Amino acid sequence: MEKTQNNKAWFLVLPVLVLVAFSAILPLMTVVNYAFNDTFGQNEFFWAGIDWFEEMVTSDRLHQALGRQVIFSLIILAIEVPLGIFIALNMPKKGFWASFCLVLMALPLLIPFNVVGTIWQIFGRVDIGLLGHTLAAMGVDYNYTNDPLDAWITVIVMDVWHWTSLVALLAYAGLQSIPQAYYQAARIDQATRWSVFRYIELPKMKGVLLIAVLLRFMDSFMIYTEPFVVTGGGPGNSTTFLSIDLAKMATGQFDLGPAAAFSIMYFLVILLISWVFYTVMTNLDREETR
Amino acid sequence: MRIRPNAVVMTIYLLFLLIPIYWLVGMSLKTNTEITGAFTLWPQDLTFRNYRVILTDPSWYMGYVNSMIYVTMNVVITITVALPAAYAFSRYSFMGDKHLFFWLLTNRMAPPAVFALPFFQLYSAMNLIDTHIAVALAHCLFNVPLAVWILEGFMRGVPKEIDETAYIDGYSFPRFFIRIFMPLIASGIGVAAFFCFMFSWVELLLSRTLTTTDAKPIAAVMTRTVSASGMDWGVLAAAGVLTIVPGALVIYFVRNYIAKGFALGRV
Repeated sequence: MEKTQNNKAWFLVLPVLVLVAFSAILPLMTVVNYAFNDTFGQNEFFWAGIDWFEEMVTSDRLHQALGRQVIFSLIILAIEVPLGIFIALNMPKKGFWASFCLVLMALPLLIPFNVVGTIWQIFGRVDIGLLGHTLAAMGVDYNYTNDPLDAWITVIVMDVWHWTSLVALLAYAGLQSIPQAYYQAARIDQATRWSVFRYIELPKMKGVLLIAVLLRFMDSFMIYTEPFVVTGGGPGNSTTFLSIDLAKMATGQFDLGPAAAFSIMYFLVILLISWVFYTVMTNLDREETR
Repeated sequence: MRIRPNAVVMTIYLLFLLIPIYWLVGMSLKTNTEITGAFTLWPQDLTFRNYRVILTDPSWYMGYVNSMIYVTMNVVITITVALPAAYAFSRYSFMGDKHLFFWLLTNRMAPPAVFALPFFQLYSAMNLIDTHIAVALAHCLFNVPLAVWILEGFMRGVPKEIDETAYIDGYSFPRFFIRIFMPLIASGIGVAAFFCFMFSWVELLLSRTLTTTDAKPIAAVMTRTVSASGMDWGVLAAAGVLTIVPGALVIYFVRNYIAKGFALGRV
């Protein structure tokens, strides 16, 4: 759509600007303040320069949390994206069963994060949980509170349970937008199922899949509540991801300086990824309207 | 009868989604002795005691009331400020519009853990800690950008000729916006409100940080009670079930738009 050039539109945006400035810029300024100062309480600050940043960049603890975070996010994407596409391809196209599936699939997305954690905490327990009990009965030595590998598996299965539907719903919306004529043309050309997928469905889903991948990447990159409830970051530090580590540092130990420096670097990473996302997405939008 | 492979795939996937939820519901209907003592697939000794505990104890049910209050406040604030902004983005190009739109997106992507501590200090300084409005305002951080994006997506679908015709007919901007434009994008407003409701409802980190007693959300009440009283699994499960109910009730109305909402209005 052609847009009119009108700088008065700023007045319409002003309320949002004020509100978000209040809830985003002011807090960020505080973080920046902490990141460059040292404090012993009573609102006394001492200039610390970039000490905190140096400490954080060279900190093993941060490197390990970052490593775990990247591995976790990559595993999540590798499972959820193909599985989500596969589910979307198998969903009923219309009618009662389509609505039925949509409603049930959306259900995990609406459960408060800590309740998701609680569900899996209970479900996986060997003494009272269906999953833990069944595995124990089958002779599998499974205990997510002691064994780091089991804890990882539990957290990953939980995330797959929680968020695969999101990828599936987006892919499904992409599939719905393909006109029937495309499939008819493919049938006339005697295209195989695979080439229908590869040359018709996949290109048509490109836009939504991009959004799905980036949303899943972002949200898994800042995952906090679910693993915190299930494992509390343990056993040891084995499931301590970036946000959990940050919250431990800031509200557990009150190491405000390092935590703030950490926050800023964390935020810059997110900012960079958002920018890539935005650029790619607006380019896609432009291609489509052309 | 031939068994269709897609039906099999969907059945398996839906079972995978529903079994953990079933387990929670089943547990909420068991007595604690049954939960810890015998391993049973369904409640042998059906009890509603767990629900009775929650619905009669103010420290439990006020959690639901608090959550409802701040979620409602958040939805009202968010939609009110997002509507004009989304209209501006969908109709006009103005100085810095693209940068502003991008900046809004970064807030949707900001990790709440980064903001928890500064929020706490900011709201303490203003004596807002433990009030519903504090949580409602904090949740605007990610809900306002989301609402602007979703609404902008819906508004794009309304042809510009409608605006122009209304102005020619002598409508002022506020009257046109409320009388003509808002009814046209009513479904979009509904979807945006639903997503604000949802993300405010499921968020815990910020709402827990900003409240102590009077405005504590149900999700935070749950965590506290578990650690204090040890292992009252039945009540914990019942509380969990009750947090799922509001989402499950409204989901039916937005089932066809849920993908659009998650895609930031871009499907």
